[in-house]
Amino acid sequence: MAYSEKVMDHFANPRNVGEMPDADGVGEVGNPKCGDIMKMYIKVKDDIITDVSFKTFGCGAAIATSSMATELVKGKSIKDALQLTNKAVMEALDGLPPVKVHCSVLAEQAIKAALSDYYRRQGIDPEPIVGTITECEECAFHDD
Amino acid sequence: MSKFVYADNAATTKLSDTAFEAMKPYLTELYGNPSSLYRLGIKTRAAVDNAREDIAKLLNASKPNEIYFVSGGSEADNWAIKGAAELGEKKGKKHIISSKFEHHAVLHTLEYLEKKGFEITLLDVHEDGLVRPEELEAAIRSDTALVTIMFANNEIGTIQPIKELAETAHKHGVIFHTDAVQAVGTIPVDIAELGVDMLSLSAHKFHGPKGVGALYVKQGIRLPNLVHGGAQERGFRAGTENVAGIVGMAAALKESVEKMPERNPRLEKIRDKIIDELLKIERSRINGDRKHRLPGNINMCFHGIEGESLLLMLDMKGVEASSGSACTSGSLDPSHVLLSIGLPHEVAHGSLRLSFSDETTEKDADYILEVLPPIIERLRAMSPLWEKIKKNDKN
Repeated sequence: MAYSEKVMDHFANPRNVGEMPDADGVGEVGNPKCGDIMKMYIKVKDDIITDVSFKTFGCGAAIATSSMATELVKGKSIKDALQLTNKAVMEALDGLPPVKVHCSVLAEQAIKAALSDYYRRQGIDPEPIVGTITECEECAFHDD
Repeated sequence: MSKFVYADNAATTKLSDTAFEAMKPYLTELYGNPSSLYRLGIKTRAAVDNAREDIAKLLNASKPNEIYFVSGGSEADNWAIKGAAELGEKKGKKHIISSKFEHHAVLHTLEYLEKKGFEITLLDVHEDGLVRPEELEAAIRSDTALVTIMFANNEIGTIQPIKELAETAHKHGVIFHTDAVQAVGTIPVDIAELGVDMLSLSAHKFHGPKGVGALYVKQGIRLPNLVHGGAQERGFRAGTENVAGIVGMAAALKESVEKMPERNPRLEKIRDKIIDELLKIERSRINGDRKHRLPGNINMCFHGIEGESLLLMLDMKGVEASSGSACTSGSLDPSHVLLSIGLPHEVAHGSLRLSFSDETTEKDADYILEVLPPIIERLRAMSPLWEKIKKNDKN
C-alpha cells in the first residue's frame, strides 16, 4: 500500500490542525475501537465558514483526509460545505488505497457533524438540512 | 545526513555477507541438479547433504535425515500440522491444541482443519504472553492428535516453556510441534534437550535468504508426503532442491549461532535501555513478559495514538519498524496477538514493534530514543482520544 504524494504532504504537514475554543460548531465521528476518531471545529459568520480546524486520532489517511476536508470547506458557504463528498476529498488527495476509502467517508461525516452541531446551537433541527450522520459502514460492525 | 535504522528484523533480516558468499557458486557455475549422476550433480548433492548435516548439528537433532528442506516457515507449519492431523485421524483422534497467539500459518491451518471436522482448543496466553503447561495438561484429551505451540511470539517476543510443554504432551502420548521461526538463530535451540517432535524454521529470520526453511521431524514420525513427485527429500517433498537457498540457510545459521554469545547480551542491553526510557513516557506500556523475551524484541503501546501514523512518521526519520494496528494489518481489527494478551482495541491500535539483529548498534538505539518521543507527543497533540484520556485523568 502506498500513499500519493499529496496524502503524504497532508499527513506530514496537516493544515488547520488544533482545537478551537470559540468554535460555533463541533462534530466528532469515529470510534476508538476502529482506530479512527475525527473532531472538526467550525467558525461561522453570515453563513460562511470563516475558520475550521480538526483533531484526529487515526492512520495516515485519516489525518490527511481530515486536513484536506478542512481545506475544502474553509471560506465556503454552509450550502457549499454541505455538498462536500468523500469522493471530492479523495480526488483532491490524488486518490486513496481501497482499504482507506472509509477515512474519506469519516472526513465528510465529521464536517457534517460540525455543521449539525452549529444548527443545533442555533435552535434549528439539523436533520432535514444535513441529514443523518452515518459514519462508515465498517465501523457499524464494531459496535458491541 | 539521512539516518537509516532498520528495526523490523522480526519481519525479515538482511542477507549476511557470509550467506551470500556461500550461495554465489550455486547461483553461477555450480548449477547441476543434485539428482544427476555426473560431477556437477555430485557437487550440488554434496552441498545439500552438508547443509543438512550442519543444520542438524547446530540444532542438535540426532540425525541429518530428520531435517527436511521446504520453502519457509509457513510451509513447514502447514506440513507439520496437516500431516499430524492426518496421522491422528487414522486413529480416530481429531482434536488439536494450540495457543491464541500463534502465527497465521498455524491459526489459519487450524481453521482449515476445523472445517474438516477437527476440534481445536486454543490455550490462553495470559497478560504476560506465556502459555501455562498445567493448562495444556488440562486441555489434553484421549483423542488429542497434536499440540502445536510457538517457540517465541513474532510480535511480542515472549519465549514459551517449550521443554515443559513438550514433556506434558508426551506424558499423554501426544505429538508436539513448535513453530520456532522466531527462535532459531536468535536464541539457543537444542532439539535433544527440548524433546520436541517437530520444529519449523525459516532462513530469512536469521540473515539467510528468503524462500527457504526447514521442518525437523523426529525419526519414527511418518508424515504423509507434502509434495508428490521425485525422490527429493526422500520422496516426502518432491521438486528440485533450492540448492543456493539451502546452502545460504546453513551458512547463515552457523554464523548466527556462533555470534549468539556476543550478540544476545548486547541486544538485551539495547532492548532494556529503550524499554526503560520509553516507559517514562506517560501512559506507555510494554506488551508481554519482560524476562521471557527475545533479546531483540520490543513491543509497546502508547495510548491515544494510532500505530500507522507512528510508523509513517518514524519512516520519515529513517526508522523502519512495525505495528499491530488494524491499519497496518489490512483488516479492521488490530493484531490478534495484542488482543490475546487482553489489550482493548483502542490501546492495541497504538502499538509499536521494534526488532533488532546483529546489525543493530547502540547508536541506533540512541537515535530511536531521540526521534520517537517527539513523534508521540506530536501525534497526541492532534489526537481527540488523547484529549479525552487527559480529561478523564483530571476527573
